This record gives sequence, structure tokens and C-alpha cells, in this order.
Amino acid sequence: MIRTRLARLRPPRTALPYLLLLPALLLELAVHLLPMVVGAVMSLKRLTQFFIRDWSAAPWAGLANYRTAVDFHAPVGRALLHSFWVTCAFTVLAVGLSWLIGTAAAVLTQDSFRGRGLLRALFLLPYALPVYAAVITWSFMFQRDTGLINHVLHDQLHLVDDKPFWLIGDNSFTALVTVSVWRSWPFAFLTLTAGLQNIPRELYEAAALDGAGTWQQIRRITLPSLRPVNLVLVLVLFLWTFNDFNTPYVLFGRSAPEAADLVSVHIYQSSFVTWNFGAGSAMSVLLLLFLLLVTSGYLLLTSRRKDAA
Amino acid sequence: MPISRAAAAAVLAATLVLTATACGGGSPSGGGGDGTPGTLTYWASNQGTSLENDRQVLEPELKRFEQQTGIKVKLEVIPWSDLLNRILAAATSGQGPDVLNIGNTWSASLQATGALRPFDQAAFERIGGKERFLPAALGSAGAAGKDPAAVPLYSMAYGLYYNRKLFAEAGIERPPATWDELVADGRKLTAGGRYGLALEGGNVSENVHHAFTLAKQHGTDFFAAGKPAFDSPGAVAAVKQYVDLLGTEKIVAPGNAEYANNQSVTDFATGKAAMLMWQAAGANLASHGMKPEDYGVAPVPAPAGATGDRATTSMVAGINLAVFRNTRNTDGALSFVKFMTGTEEQIRLNKAYGTIPPAKDAQADPAFATPELASLTAVLSGSALPLPQVADESQFETLVGTAVKNLLAAAAAGKPATDDSVKAELTKAQQQMPAN
Repeated sequence: MIRTRLARLRPPRTALPYLLLLPALLLELAVHLLPMVVGAVMSLKRLTQFFIRDWSAAPWAGLANYRTAVDFHAPVGRALLHSFWVTCAFTVLAVGLSWLIGTAAAVLTQDSFRGRGLLRALFLLPYALPVYAAVITWSFMFQRDTGLINHVLHDQLHLVDDKPFWLIGDNSFTALVTVSVWRSWPFAFLTLTAGLQNIPRELYEAAALDGAGTWQQIRRITLPSLRPVNLVLVLVLFLWTFNDFNTPYVLFGRSAPEAADLVSVHIYQSSFVTWNFGAGSAMSVLLLLFLLLVTSGYLLLTSRRKDAA
Repeated sequence: MPISRAAAAAVLAATLVLTATACGGGSPSGGGGDGTPGTLTYWASNQGTSLENDRQVLEPELKRFEQQTGIKVKLEVIPWSDLLNRILAAATSGQGPDVLNIGNTWSASLQATGALRPFDQAAFERIGGKERFLPAALGSAGAAGKDPAAVPLYSMAYGLYYNRKLFAEAGIERPPATWDELVADGRKLTAGGRYGLALEGGNVSENVHHAFTLAKQHGTDFFAAGKPAFDSPGAVAAVKQYVDLLGTEKIVAPGNAEYANNQSVTDFATGKAAMLMWQAAGANLASHGMKPEDYGVAPVPAPAGATGDRATTSMVAGINLAVFRNTRNTDGALSFVKFMTGTEEQIRLNKAYGTIPPAKDAQADPAFATPELASLTAVLSGSALPLPQVADESQFETLVGTAVKNLLAAAAAGKPATDDSVKAELTKAQQQMPAN
């Protein structure tokens, strides 16, 4: 009985794959696309705390929020542009350094030696720690008068005459990059260590026979072989770092110093601290467009080079 | 084969149903609490030394309420840093607690969201009448001319805490009453790694509270006719005067510019600073081993001979109790408000937290007659004014507080504030206010 009824319900064979994909599609719609559309609609509204209970009742603002966000002569636009440049500099530095340290560590621990397992485990520690706990510890260390950093720099090594501030003023940028690199290089290390496993040892042996030194081996074998891994790694690190919210928020609280005012925190502040959700949404949409542009440009560029190679 | 196909169909159907429910979850009307008349959900702000401490203070009281009314209260203590966002999320979704604590300076802002139930005449009558409360505390419960959005629960005011021993050593006989005296005393007290005054420069709210008091003393306000006027000459002078305590007068340690976790209280308690402007610091000082006889509390200085608003020495600080508009148990919620603001509970709770009861009948209890609380009570009823009760208050707090934080950071780095630098920061803050 059941069999025949099911048979009648059975969809045509060609539709089945689509039907099976449907749940994933619906979930994707609900989890990603819908909020994005809602965000885009919000960016066209004059959404402040007065309409927070029923945001659909907020009056339409047209493109006013976007105009405010990109009016670089007015304070809001100028502050956004400033935080954009800060974020770009931060991303380039943090991703670059994380990648360099990760690569160096992966290459150095490639050959087995006594204590390698322990060292690798230690390397991964920052990655395993809860973000909040790790960053708040850094913020204690960066305190001017009681922090470990100034204690070492000033009291022990006598490198600086006057104890510098790390959490306010211009040095906050250095503090932010330091913590970010500390957090993300283990990921680069992990990914690249996995990538290195796939390079056949014979290549190195052959190269060594041909008289290639360590540096030449790294340049001619290791780096080119890691290229596919690196393409993904750099992209992922770029996206994570550009959007990083946790590190600056935990380090500096809800109002970051100007020198370390990352776009993510800046948008948060516009939306949730000054309660200007419309402008915050407009900034988010602009950020999304920028990231899409960079990502697709990057993918296009790297895939073309691969074709040419 | 047919069985596996049937299984596939079942899985597909289950997934579809799950997806569908996940999408359409919740009814559009929403509702506060869990909808059971016999229970209430209460969000308490973190008042004690820790969240756990708050639970220890509140749980027995909630049990007493349950014994009296049969209504069970589910307690959630929320840290300050999260409270405003949690309330906002509750307002947006309509899903929130039945009763909640709010910072009294947010009253008008939250009132404007429409998320809180107004306390009209009838509601006030249910909890014993409006006249039971200190007028200053009621003044910070919502915009003027509207029914308050909340009722006062714990009150506080700023006082000038001074270290008696250090004052005696420096030959200073009485606490400073004017700013000139404070600076002069501060210079005498600043020596050998010790400073005259401790500030909490990285704390945005602290900054704005002091900026407000000083602006009042300069005869101005940060709002004119409900519109932001952050960079008026009086406001600029007020903020500059505050920042100069660190930058020009150098009676505040530069390191104070990054304090945001009550380190200034610690500095005062450990004798690293001789004065501190704080609200109800007693319990905190005691936890650092400082005895009540070690310090005195005087009003924060005012200009010599000031009267009226110019003699303001504090903002009205405190916590209010509000009822969430979407509660399904208004009756129970009001009973709870009545219980918490009743004389007996006011005495117990304010005693536990070292605060001043805004319910006047509770103030007679000897627990509030300590020199510290007596001094702060006098400030609260005599020379304290509420922060501007405007819908944009919460934005004002953050933007102006951040401007002062930036100026203090610059001063700490050796770039003392100028009229121009202060005006520039305040103008920027004002222009970041969303246009409503």
C-alpha cells in the first residue's frame, strides 16, 4: 500500500537531484541571503532607535545613508574613509606578517627532530585559546603602568625612556597588529604544514643532488608547490583580518582609538552605539561590495596566472 | 530500492519541515517573559562586586517575593557592557524580560524606542505614589512632560573622596570647595610618584558625567532646545578644564588616560592618588582594605560663589526599574516593581549595594547615615541634576565621552588640549549624531 502511494508521489527522475538540493538551498536562503537582503533594505531607511521595535515603519531615506557614508568632506564620511585606510594598512601588515611567520615556522619544522611534536603543539596554542581570553590577556599586558610589555621594554631592557601608551594614541595600531598576528599566524602555519606534506621528498633529494642549497630549494620547490594552498590561505586570512571585530573590540572597548579604528568596529559603533542603523547598514553594504570586488579580482587574477603557467 | 527511496523522501520531508519552522519561528506579536502568569523574568544589572555577588544579594529577596505573591521570578544578572545591547535586541525582537534594570541616563533614549511601559498615574498609584521618590531621581526616569519610562531603584551621586592622612601630611585642613583650591591642593599632593587626583580617562561614561557637571557650572548644556550643542563655548571650556587637570595642571597621572576598569579607585585606595571623584565608592574602597575613617567625602568643587545650576556638583546617577511593554504579565510585573521599591526592600537592597534609596521613606534607616552616604545624599537632593533627558542621550554619552577620552589620550602623550583641539573633537562628535 505505502509503496504504491509513494510510487505515485515519486518525482520524475530528473527532478530528484534538484529536490535533494532544495533543503540546502532554502537553508542558504534563510541563513545568508535573507539577512543580506534585509540589511540592504535597512540601508535605504532612516532607521534610528525610534523605529527599533518595528523597523519596517521607518521612513525611506533613498540613498541618503550612502551619501552620508561617502561624503568625505563631512565628519561621518571622513571618519569612515579614515577607518577604511586604517583597516587596509592593518590587513596588509597583519596578513603579510602572519603569512611570513607561518611559512617560516612550517618550513623549519618540516624535517623531523627531537621535540618537533611539542613545538608544533606550542605553535598552535594561540589558535586553540578562546579569542576573548587571549585578547583580554593582551590588553592587560599592554597597560602602560602595570603591563608586562612596558615592564620588559622600560624596566628590564631600558629600550624606551618613557613608558609608552599602547591602548590609546598612535601606538594602539602597533598593539592591534601584534595581537592580530599572534592570533592568525598559527592558522597559516597549520595550513602550510599540511601543504608541505604533499610535496614529494624526491624533489628535494634530486635538487640536492643537483647542488641546490636550502634557500634555492625553498624558492624553487617549496613555494611553487605551496601555491594552491597559499592562494586560499591568503584569501581567507585577508577576509578574516579585514573583517576582524573581536580583537579590536576586546582590546579597546566600544570606542577604539582613532589610529586603530577598524571598519568593523566603526560600523558597529555607527549601528549599535550611536543607534544609526540605516547608516550602519549602508556602510556594511559598501564593505560587502568592496570585499566582493577584491575577492573576485583576486580570484580572477590568480586563476589567469595559473592558466598562463 | 523502494525502501531507500522512501527513506530519502522522509529525510527530505523532515528537512523541509525543519527549514520551514526555522524560517517562520515565533509569532509576530511576540511577548515578554515566558507567558506563564505565575512567573516573571527579571534582568538585573550588575551592581555588586561580581555577577555571583548580585545573585547572592537578589535571590533571597526574590524568594520573599514568591512567598508573598506566589509569583516565581527568574533572575538574569547582566554585565554593564552588555546591558544596553541586550535591551535593544529585546526591543527589536519583542522577546525580552518582564521587568528590567536600566541605567537612569538611558531612560529617555529607551522611552523613545517605545519598548518600555510608561508609568502613568495609575501605575504609580499601584506602587505607592510618585511622591515617595526623590524628585532628582524621578527627573532621570524619562523625558520631561511625559509619563516616566521607569521608576528609580538605586540612587547615587558623585562626591569628592579625599585621603585624610595624605591631606594632613600636606598640611591641608579641609577638602577643596572650588576648582582653584582643588588644583592648588592637587599640586601640593603631587609628589614622589603620587598624584593629587585620579581619573578614569578611558571610561566613556565617567568622562561624560564630569563634562556634564562642568558644563552646568559654565552655565551651559550639551543640548539646546532638545538639539545637540556639543561645541558651544561653555561646553568647550568645561571639557578643556577637565582635560587640563591631566594635561596642563599635571595633578593627574598620565596613565589615568587609559583607565577603564576602575583602576582609579584602586589608585585612590592604595594611596597612589589623594583625591577621587566617584559615585558611592565605599564598598569598592573597603574591598581594597581602605577603612571609612581613612577618607572623607565632600561635594565635587564648584566655581566660587556659584548659585543655581552653576552650583551643580554631580549628575543624578542611579539605576531605574522598568517594565517591558511586551510583558504578558503586567499585573505581576507591577507587583514586582511595588515590591522592589517598597520601603523594606529599598533598605535591604541599597544597604547591600552601598547606594542611596530613592524612596524617601527608606532613607531614614541608620544604614544610610554614614558620613559617606549622608554627604552623597545631600548632593543628590541639593546640587545634582539629571543628564539631558532627550531621546539622543545614549548617543551623546558615547560620542562626547569618546571625544573627552581622545583629548585625555592626547594630553597624556604630551599634547595638552587647546580651545581649538577641544572644539574640533566636540564638533566632530556632534556631526556624528544621526539626523532624526
